[in-house]
Amino acid sequence: MSKNISLINKIENAGLVGRGGGGFSVAKKWQAVKDSLKEKKFAYIIINGAEGEPGVKKDGFILSHYGEELINGVFLANEFLGDKKIKNIYFFLNHEYYKKYAAGLKSILSLKKYSRIESKIIFTIKSEKLSYISGEESALINLIEGKKVEPRLKPPYPASSGLFNMPTLINNTETFYNVSRVERNKFNGERFYTVNGDVKHRGVYLYSDEMTISEVLKKTNNIPSFEYFVQIGGEAAGEVLRSDQLDRPVEGAGSIMVYDLKKTDKNKLIKYWLNFYRNESCGNCTSCREGTHRLWELSNQKEIDFETFWDLISVLEEASFCGLGRSLPVPIRSYYLNILSILKK
Amino acid sequence: MSLKINGKKINFKQGQSILDVATQSGFEVPALCHHPDLSVQANCRICVVEIIGRDNLFTACSTIAENGMDILTESPRVKKARKVNLELLFGQHVLKCATCTLRYNCELLKLAAKYKVDIKHFKNRKVKRKTYKFANAVEIDGSQCIDCKNCINACSEVQKINYLKMDGVGINQEVVPVLDKDTACIYCGQCTLHCPVAAAQEQMAWAQVELLLKNKNKVVVAQFAPSVRVSLGEEFSMPYGTNCEGKIVTALKKIGFNHVFDVNFGADITTITEAEELLERLKNKKSVFPLMTSCCPAWVAYVEFYHPELIPNLTSARSPQTHLAGAIKTYWAKKQKIKAKNIIVVSIVPCTAKKYEAARSELKLNGQPLVDFVLTTRELAFLIKKNNINFNQLPDSPLEKLFNNGSGAAAIYGASGGVMESALRSANALICKSSKNKTCDSHLEFKEVRGLAGFKEAVVNLDGKKIKVGVVNGIGNISKVLPTIHKYHYIEVMACPGGCLGGGGQPIPTTKAIRQKRLEGLYAIDKTRTTRRAHENIEMMEYYNWAKNNNLSAQVLHTKYKATKSSILSVKKNSKNPILDYVSFRC
Repeated sequence: MSKNISLINKIENAGLVGRGGGGFSVAKKWQAVKDSLKEKKFAYIIINGAEGEPGVKKDGFILSHYGEELINGVFLANEFLGDKKIKNIYFFLNHEYYKKYAAGLKSILSLKKYSRIESKIIFTIKSEKLSYISGEESALINLIEGKKVEPRLKPPYPASSGLFNMPTLINNTETFYNVSRVERNKFNGERFYTVNGDVKHRGVYLYSDEMTISEVLKKTNNIPSFEYFVQIGGEAAGEVLRSDQLDRPVEGAGSIMVYDLKKTDKNKLIKYWLNFYRNESCGNCTSCREGTHRLWELSNQKEIDFETFWDLISVLEEASFCGLGRSLPVPIRSYYLNILSILKK
Repeated sequence: MSLKINGKKINFKQGQSILDVATQSGFEVPALCHHPDLSVQANCRICVVEIIGRDNLFTACSTIAENGMDILTESPRVKKARKVNLELLFGQHVLKCATCTLRYNCELLKLAAKYKVDIKHFKNRKVKRKTYKFANAVEIDGSQCIDCKNCINACSEVQKINYLKMDGVGINQEVVPVLDKDTACIYCGQCTLHCPVAAAQEQMAWAQVELLLKNKNKVVVAQFAPSVRVSLGEEFSMPYGTNCEGKIVTALKKIGFNHVFDVNFGADITTITEAEELLERLKNKKSVFPLMTSCCPAWVAYVEFYHPELIPNLTSARSPQTHLAGAIKTYWAKKQKIKAKNIIVVSIVPCTAKKYEAARSELKLNGQPLVDFVLTTRELAFLIKKNNINFNQLPDSPLEKLFNNGSGAAAIYGASGGVMESALRSANALICKSSKNKTCDSHLEFKEVRGLAGFKEAVVNLDGKKIKVGVVNGIGNISKVLPTIHKYHYIEVMACPGGCLGGGGQPIPTTKAIRQKRLEGLYAIDKTRTTRRAHENIEMMEYYNWAKNNNLSAQVLHTKYKATKSSILSVKKNSKNPILDYVSFRC
């Protein structure tokens, strides 16, 4: 027991937050699942390696370079919640990652140390194309249950009633990796940054999570020589910033996408976002299913009806069921506000 | 605990949703996908409200009320979001208002008026969607569907049939039948009852009936079912459970029906046929038990597909609508000197599966169906409104002679447990009549089998013999009972919750509270009838004995069943340009 207490305290002291993009306290989430086990007989663990956000590659990076630490993090979760209480551990990977990394992960799992979890691990993949919404934790739970992939109403939260209505600990791969680092006293508040786009040195980098965007670009020798802007936190849902707005840390899933200001076709970029959301909307709620479709339709018209355009953006933001629909306005609004409105002047 | 809605302080109980709190305190919050029978989905996004101090809007149906919340249900933000969401919904709901049975109480149109919605803001994207037709009973028109999934949930959560699913993703998703050899539609129509926009609806027959009413060579006879009389009034803002049988007769005559009869008379025929079968089976030790009711055609469809081994358990007694139609086309036809083939019998029932039953090959007389057309309660309401009949002001009309309006036992056919109680009333009285046992208890009421519980059971004393009876209220409860079914002597099953009063063809909305009111209405009728046992209905017994003496038992009293391998499905393309558009009528 004392070991458990110390691990959860360590996680709390380290200030770990979920790395799926939501930023929820890891210690609180783990404790919530443990508390639910007082009433329910067993629980599940899900490792979320969906990485559906375009432009973010850090889960793949962890799977290829830090498989042992990731598995160790899962092992620690299994021990923390109680080995006998964990019925199964679902390892969810997108199709590409499964093909590339499953064999390596399986060989790590065959280590004697991990024999307790090896037998419980079920690899789950989505065979089709990348699905954005399957990264949303309750949508992922539906996917594993074989139901339509769409988010669930919350509450109840997965911690109390998740997979098959049992308590479920669901964390991103980076979170399990971080827990492992914390337990081994190696965690120093760093996070993974994916740098992408019109840069010379694309890749995944590990730096302090307090670093600003411009520092990351500088350190990776990626400051463009041309006029540029960036999108942080994902190529779809991320916020768009000017080159003079970069003295702040990266938020959400840590990614920095660099765009060449002159070479970027404004209409193409907006259409890309709208098309992405239209294709990825699961269809569950009116605002997102219909709103993303109508926005895409509008973007294909010669004369855009901007009144309707912004009405739809507002409704997506204010009335969508889940974070997917609510996030579409982020790139669109920030692009208009930070880039296009300045260009006009 | 308390919160504020539009500035007014309101107390509430922990765990209540904002929608419940608002509705109970008189604030109208519109909601389309919300239905008290179903789990909360929050996908239509129409019930959004503003909570002061919080970003975004919240769906009232899914947000639990919290102490101190300051809620606005009609703020400019809320109105705007509802307007846009409604415009988006209209962009996927092809307007077929002119022939839509929901047209006079269409929630979408009401909201469109309230929120000044431009219903043609977005070009409709669903015009090419298909319509799935389940036998001749129910259909789901993809071109009208707003993707709320209430139909799917009614089929899976309430009925536990799981015949419908959502296929595809995003704007390409579509409600489709599962093409699985172990699953079949039972035509109960609960999908239609829970659809807020009539995309799932009965396959309408009113237009064909209208044409026939103009045909002078045909005698068009209407017969209306027990539970229609306590639900139809809802369509005209009468209190729930109001008995309007007299007004129904007047309305049907006004619409143009030549004669109007009451299916309650048919229910008495069913009762006596079934009670005699029960007593007959009890006499013989080798009889198959339990005897099971068969007047619910969705239940029969269920047995024929899912449990054909139970076919010998089903009573051979026909259902009330077929019993009365048989009497009309033989006994009444003879007395009126009309050829059966010139008579058109139109049933008005709370049910969609009766459409399927009417078309069954076993229920034909000389190759012609006994019941020619079946209209739901909703279709009748539609016809009354379409003919501009002021239903509320109509005088009551009596029924024509020969076929009366049945015993009290017939009235309760519309409620779960009613068929069982009716049969027991007669069986008990008949057995005591011939019993030497002077203390034979021929009591009238069997209250143990009443009410809206999912399963009800009782031990009944029939002249010293204790028989075990069970009532399954809603097909969703059947799986719990099947494993122990052989412990019973007599089982009643109604596929719809509450029985026919909650049938798939009843007025929308139908909720548990409304079912309860309709139920009370039916039992109130039972109390007022001068005869309360089927076999005490003298006119009915005259007919019954006539049919038997004329060797018509097989043609008009009893029927057969057969195992089926699938339900009947057809897929129809929708016309690209529906002619019947919103523009063509004014509410």
